[in-house]
Amino acid sequence: MRHTLVALMEDKPGVLNRISSLFRRRNFNIESLTVGHSEMPGISRMTIVSEGDKAIIEQVEKQLYKLVNVTKVTDVTDEPAVIRELALIKVTASGAARSEITGLADIFRAKVVDVAPDSLMVEITGTEDKVDSLVGLLRPFGVRELVRTGRVAMVRGSNGQKN
Amino acid sequence: MKLSGAHIVWESLVREGVGAVFGISGGAVIHLYHALPEYPIRHVLMRHEQAAAHAADGYARATGKVGVCLATSGPGATNLVTGLATAYMDSSPMVAITGQVSNSLIGKDAFQEVDITGITLPITKHNYLVTEVESLPMVIKEAFHIARTGRPGPVLIDITKDVQAASLEYEYPEEVDLPGYHPTLIGNQRQIKQAAQLINEAQRPLIIAGHGVMLAGAEAELGELVGKAQLPVVNTLLGLSTIPETHPLCLGMGGMHGEAYANKALQEADLILNVGGRFDDRLTGPVSTFVPEAKIIHIDVDPAEIGKNVRVDLPIVGDAKNVLQALLPLIEPTNHPDWTSKIGEWRAESARRDILEQETDALVPQYVVRHIWHATRGNAIMVSDVGQNQMWEAQYFLHHKPRGLLSSGGLGTMGFALPAAIGAQLGKPGEVVWVTAGDGGFQMNIQELATVVQEKLPLKMAILNNGFLGMVRQWQQLFFEGRYSGTPLLGPDFAKVAEAYGIPGFTVREKSQVVPAIEQAMATDGPVLIDFIIDQAENVYPMVAPGGSIGDMLRRPQPEEANEQKGGDSR
Repeated sequence: MRHTLVALMEDKPGVLNRISSLFRRRNFNIESLTVGHSEMPGISRMTIVSEGDKAIIEQVEKQLYKLVNVTKVTDVTDEPAVIRELALIKVTASGAARSEITGLADIFRAKVVDVAPDSLMVEITGTEDKVDSLVGLLRPFGVRELVRTGRVAMVRGSNGQKN
Repeated sequence: MKLSGAHIVWESLVREGVGAVFGISGGAVIHLYHALPEYPIRHVLMRHEQAAAHAADGYARATGKVGVCLATSGPGATNLVTGLATAYMDSSPMVAITGQVSNSLIGKDAFQEVDITGITLPITKHNYLVTEVESLPMVIKEAFHIARTGRPGPVLIDITKDVQAASLEYEYPEEVDLPGYHPTLIGNQRQIKQAAQLINEAQRPLIIAGHGVMLAGAEAELGELVGKAQLPVVNTLLGLSTIPETHPLCLGMGGMHGEAYANKALQEADLILNVGGRFDDRLTGPVSTFVPEAKIIHIDVDPAEIGKNVRVDLPIVGDAKNVLQALLPLIEPTNHPDWTSKIGEWRAESARRDILEQETDALVPQYVVRHIWHATRGNAIMVSDVGQNQMWEAQYFLHHKPRGLLSSGGLGTMGFALPAAIGAQLGKPGEVVWVTAGDGGFQMNIQELATVVQEKLPLKMAILNNGFLGMVRQWQQLFFEGRYSGTPLLGPDFAKVAEAYGIPGFTVREKSQVVPAIEQAMATDGPVLIDFIIDQAENVYPMVAPGGSIGDMLRRPQPEEANEQKGGDSR
């Protein structure tokens, strides 16, 4: 089963390396990993998507905790959480295709963020499924370039993901 | 007080209680060496950085204090790698200090530059690259704290030349602030109550006592528990000595080369209480076949060890000493006469197969080890190498002295024994320290004989010399058609090598000379090396065949079978 883990860590040099090295060394699967600042100064927040059964994911959590710089790990898979991904898609667009593409973008609440003579850049935010669907629909027009951030997650409600 | 980075290192080490450092100098640590004579720290000049790491490890294992080693950048640092991995696998508290090239040269492939923090990431508990002198005091404070608390382990500090040369108004921090590091030492009371209930209700209970008992200093609590509920104990290799092996309820080592009766007891137990062991594969064999009848209680200070290798019915995260102290009042005094007498029968059957019960003039290694035990009355720090010699030592020396067996259990590092014994003897100058090693492993750090002499260490060294990389030879004999590929080993005359270093050396070829040689070594003030030329065909028995269940052991062939088997040997 695919699990979403949220980890908080001190923003120290090499901390990303420690985490990726841990996944490689312990032979844990890693589907996506995103990292950025959190609301606390000096604390980074990472969302990790990993495939594995309960016992494996429990090991992933415990091994992450063993890293001295990691302050908190939570498996939010079974929590009511908002899960999002952002993608930029550069798609071939000339003539009639342009309005068709902007129409599709509207349906997905995506935005056209760059216009060139023969292409458009579309920005979409949503779950992976939603991004997958739009990408699938845009493929026939010719997807020239695609970038996805990977999953970020936050549990609903007023409680924070504090240390 | 304004101090240079180099002075800050030594001043901080003194405040951490460090009395000895094992190292080798070089260009990137020259500032450190320049400041060293101003501090009350004994520097032990090793002949190889790998040996420096093993010596620091041996010092830590023998004393329980943090061992410190020191190496220059580049090759000095990479030579530490095997020693760090050894210490990491066996949870040994260590701080390794390496020099690094100047800040401005980092990343430029400068002379003797290597990314040692990157290289040692997976084999240290934590590591640091220090590029600003302002952070140096806190890094050292944190490194010692992390190395010695929770599940101990090695920590590496890489310090650039700039930092060593720079100066700072020095103040050593009183406390660390590590928001992500809070080891759980006190066990959960509800789980401890459940454990007591399981123990009180068990019909065929068994303790596995691991290295964690020694690291927590929980030998007394373990002994009390064993006495109160009459619980038989199987040790892991590194758990040996946590209960005297002469104790009637101590079954000795379990696992691949464990006692057959200990393994039988494991397989038939209905409750396993693992205290500070990590269910290593050398103990368990295939986990699907391990302790099929038993509920498992696992006490470990490292939560990640619980459920890592085997399913656990009741986990207790905490320090073994704390947890056992909390558990003891809840245990009802009881005994299990049917269970212990059954184990007694199995034990008697094993005893009849013991090679020391057989009449032979062959110089067998088991006889040597047993007579070192007799000569020292068990009051020695034994430092064993890796391979057959390690198993013979584990089987035939009856350990009872806390921290009395130092061996590379997890990584299985040949060449460990001699340098680790140097560290142990430095840390415990009043103790008798014996090295037992094979002729293969001894040659892997033989250069340290020079350190033994320079530091005037009275080490007693026994080489169990069979002219082979013996454990591999044994496997080749039993499982690889007797094809001795890459295992016959031409060694030097070890006694002469010892003499060349200024150490008295003897060669023993006859069984009758074994006891006099050991007694002579014990009577000699300084170091002694004895080269025991042992029976080449001797194997470690019993053993679990690769992939086999630990309940299914290959036993020592009885005399009539043995002739047949030895016929296939290429002596």
